[in-house]
Amino acid sequence: MTRFSAWNVFWNGLTSQKGWSRQWRDPEPKSHYDVVVIGGGLHGLATAHYLAKNHGIRNVAVLEKGWIGGGNAGRNTTIVRSNYAQPGNREFYEDSLKLWENLSFDLNYNVMFSQRSHISLLHSPGAVDAAARNYNTMRRTGAPDAEIWSLEQLKQAVPHLNYGPNARFPIMGAALQKRAGTARHDAVVWGYARSADQMGVDIIQNCEVTSITRDAEKVTALETSRGTITTSKVGLAVAGNTSRLWAMAGLGRLPIESHKLQAFVSEPLKPLLDQVVVFGVGGAHFYISQSDKGGMVFGGDLDWYKSYAQKGNLPIVQDVSEAAMSVLPCLGRVRLLRHWSGVVDMSMDGTHFICKTPVDNLYLNAGWNYGGFKATPASGTYFADLIANDRPHPVIANHDLKRFERGLQIDERGAGPDPKLHG
Amino acid sequence: MIRIPCPFCGIRDHSEFTYGGDGSITYPALDAPLQEWHDAVFQRENICGVQTETWHHVNGCRMWILVDRDTMTHEIHAVRPAHPDLAKALESSS
Repeated sequence: MTRFSAWNVFWNGLTSQKGWSRQWRDPEPKSHYDVVVIGGGLHGLATAHYLAKNHGIRNVAVLEKGWIGGGNAGRNTTIVRSNYAQPGNREFYEDSLKLWENLSFDLNYNVMFSQRSHISLLHSPGAVDAAARNYNTMRRTGAPDAEIWSLEQLKQAVPHLNYGPNARFPIMGAALQKRAGTARHDAVVWGYARSADQMGVDIIQNCEVTSITRDAEKVTALETSRGTITTSKVGLAVAGNTSRLWAMAGLGRLPIESHKLQAFVSEPLKPLLDQVVVFGVGGAHFYISQSDKGGMVFGGDLDWYKSYAQKGNLPIVQDVSEAAMSVLPCLGRVRLLRHWSGVVDMSMDGTHFICKTPVDNLYLNAGWNYGGFKATPASGTYFADLIANDRPHPVIANHDLKRFERGLQIDERGAGPDPKLHG
Repeated sequence: MIRIPCPFCGIRDHSEFTYGGDGSITYPALDAPLQEWHDAVFQRENICGVQTETWHHVNGCRMWILVDRDTMTHEIHAVRPAHPDLAKALESSS
């Protein structure tokens, strides 16, 4: 594989671009691997990358039933931030943001991480107080870029929001994280795949796991659409379909429901919005940024009912459009280019699981709710660490399935045990 | 749009309803062991296929109903009132 460098770009410019090799191999599955990661999305590929890079475990396969990056990795709104306040999540997402900052160098692949800042609009004194509490927590725990902005500061930075007297929810100020931003989701998939492959990981596409064979303690083999694979350890990273694989392993129920989340992109526009802007008040929820290609990328709430279908429904299109018009009325004549839907694991407290399971050599990475994209580097790092060392890192000690039995919920929104409310 | 045949109002758009959740859960007795309550509150079968769920016809008759719906195709197989006595009354009157 050819390394990306200024010299190689220059040299291939002179030699008709014939010096590049393919980004990753297309291997036949071997009969045995030290670790098999099920799920070739961002988290599965990142896990494989860090297993090889941090732990020297290179006899690894990533099994993907479709093509890599074809699921939620390609269906998100690419927002990266670390404005979480609950113990455990705070450290986890801060670590993730730090890894994002160096990811292009780590992968030798430009993931186009753009730290353009993330602005949460605040519409009531209560919202300002709650944000001040959370963002002060961030400042005290390694995120000095957390700020509370007055209305005047906000008007200077984003002059075209709806500040008019007729706004349904007048804006009072904003909470800002400066190091937050967006990244190119496909590039992240390809960068992790290329890097993992280079270190010896087999990325096996069109390979669906059809059954999991196990005895009382261990998974012994995986039946797949491309043959039987035996393995010493199995990592599940199949958010959206976790419950189906869990049932396949004969493990019963999980604190997870599958819901669908829609996202949208408009036709490309000239530069209009230089930040990620988030609007959330009452029942409305809306987040928007502008891609490097110029499209306005935005989304809103879940479709509210449980679903495994990767197709959205129209009432949410209307909700999101209404929210868009109430925040950025200048979008009124902009045409929608595409909209799509992904199936997400909504957990009972809105927080993820990276943990051991009742089966000795089966490890779980699931329950990412709305927020899997930003978590990718830390998720891969800590999941690889868990698989390699067979014990959870202290940062994810409480991100296990047993936390509800201990009376612990890591509930950022305080919404209680109703998965659809953790958006 | 999903079209839900409400037993009281007839076929209506799902936007008239709010989704409740898993309708197959039976909550244990108040003094049941903690584990049973944990399982009822936190554990979900999360079926890919036909599941029973609760919907509230909040912008209609305001009744809670049980809907057998396929979570992959969104096809609705059966609808009945959530309150068992109402379901019985409807059956006897028809």
